[in-house]
Amino acid sequence: MNQQSDNTYHSWLPFYTLLKKEIRRFLRVASQTLVTPVITASLYLFIFGATLGERISVLEGFSYAQFVIPGLILMGIINNSFANVASSLFMSRYLGSIVDLLVTPVTPTQFIMAYTLAAMLRGLAVGLVVWLISCLFATLPWAHPFAAIALACLASFLFAQFGIIAAVYADNFDTLSMYTNFIILPLIYLGGVFYPISILPPLWAKLSHLNPLFYLIDGFRYAILGVGDLSFVVSFCTVTAMALGLFAWAAILIARSYRLRN
Amino acid sequence: MTIPALAIHNLSKEFDGAIAVNDISFTIEPGEIFGLLGPNGAGKSTAINMIGGVSRIGSGSIEIFGADNQKDYRTTRRMVGVMHQEIVIDNFFTIDQALRLHAGYYGFRDDEAWRLQLIDRLGLKPHLHKVMIKLSGGMKRRFMIAKALIHKPRLLILDEPTAGVDVELRHTLWDFVREINQQGTTILLTTHYLEEAEQMCDRLAIMNHGKVIALESTKTLLQELGTRTIIVHLQEPITQAPENLCCQATDLDKTGTLLQLTLSASQPTGDLLQRLCEIGLSIADIETRSAGLEEIFLQMTKAGRVEP
Repeated sequence: MNQQSDNTYHSWLPFYTLLKKEIRRFLRVASQTLVTPVITASLYLFIFGATLGERISVLEGFSYAQFVIPGLILMGIINNSFANVASSLFMSRYLGSIVDLLVTPVTPTQFIMAYTLAAMLRGLAVGLVVWLISCLFATLPWAHPFAAIALACLASFLFAQFGIIAAVYADNFDTLSMYTNFIILPLIYLGGVFYPISILPPLWAKLSHLNPLFYLIDGFRYAILGVGDLSFVVSFCTVTAMALGLFAWAAILIARSYRLRN
Repeated sequence: MTIPALAIHNLSKEFDGAIAVNDISFTIEPGEIFGLLGPNGAGKSTAINMIGGVSRIGSGSIEIFGADNQKDYRTTRRMVGVMHQEIVIDNFFTIDQALRLHAGYYGFRDDEAWRLQLIDRLGLKPHLHKVMIKLSGGMKRRFMIAKALIHKPRLLILDEPTAGVDVELRHTLWDFVREINQQGTTILLTTHYLEEAEQMCDRLAIMNHGKVIALESTKTLLQELGTRTIIVHLQEPITQAPENLCCQATDLDKTGTLLQLTLSASQPTGDLLQRLCEIGLSIADIETRSAGLEEIFLQMTKAGRVEP
């Protein structure tokens, strides 16, 4: 049986296999991972685009639907990038199947890259479908398309890292859902998805600047609509710094196998 | 000089101040079937987890075919296949999908002929396209064996592979293990079925309280540490067991016709029989029973409990 010397070892194959497994995992339960978030986003679009939106105006020169769509696309990207890696990695830890990876030559870099890329793909796929559906409600000017794509990728990357961190620290499903319910959702809703920060009273507007998602949402809206509360450079640099910070954190956890190997 | 399949040097591991593995050292030669035995909590699984890469090493070192399993883990892990004690499966995939994926984790492309051979030998064919969650416990165990072997490891680690499995699977498994061992794969196994260890293993290490308390070839262990019981049926009853028989233990039943004598494995039976004749006992029949690994194991681990 020892024909291993005849087999060629491909150092990139562990990464590719783990990536393939992660993609297959979310495609296998596509009704939960892809369809549900798109339906949720479509409901928001219907409410704010076709019903309430016609009575609200928050940004001169743009309909409320046009204002809210960038935030909804980003919300889909953020939630799904986070959920993909957080649920997959946490389930592996919780059910013990993580040992299947721990005994293999998968390196920490390959581990992070595979989980991150799969999460980004799911997040960006949901974002793309939300944008396609949004075309039924409003047309977006796409003022700076490359900047929008860069920020979308950065957002999915950032929340994939956050997903890794959450999955490592979570002790049970309750703790894991707390990351979504008590951190991500409030930050998204208070970060300017549904309103421009400029319409808030001065104190609340200042406090909003402490919300990291404000920079992401405002930058993305600027890239699509061409207007924002902040300069794009400030938004982009802040988001990049956050992404690098979380990446470093996640990388240290995985490199040390923190809470993965005892 | 042959490079050992596995060389463990002064390996230790603590969990929250409790010593799980305490300075153990041993080597396994290529092609051996080596048994690691011990009661629950002896430290067997902790040792195996450190060898396989599931746990970090506390102190000491592990070499697999000459490569350090910490510094050169990408090489060593490719050479090791581990079947874990607990059932570890990913419910999202079918047996076929999971086996293909698993080869890839090790950096090897799917070898269809080998995959099909594993599927066939382990009786997985009828369940190939079922998702894991729908498999019976026995099928999951079979799949785990296939998974541990899919990348053709040079060292196969089986941690309690027959725990809770039926007789048929047990036979299938051991036949298959013997077959792959004959083809050159080194086997390290732990089992609670000592009869299996006695039949399968070339050498044994017995662990207790994190330490290796015996390390011998199975034959030597049985010879040196085993005992034989001679049951002498007497024609005429006696009232008291004879003294000075040089036995480890002497016992006479209530009828006075059944004398049970315990000898060490190395003590010749002929001397004892001669002594019995000299005393003038009228012997009707003699039975001999050899103590197996189970008795040795119990004897050693019990002693270990008294004086850990």
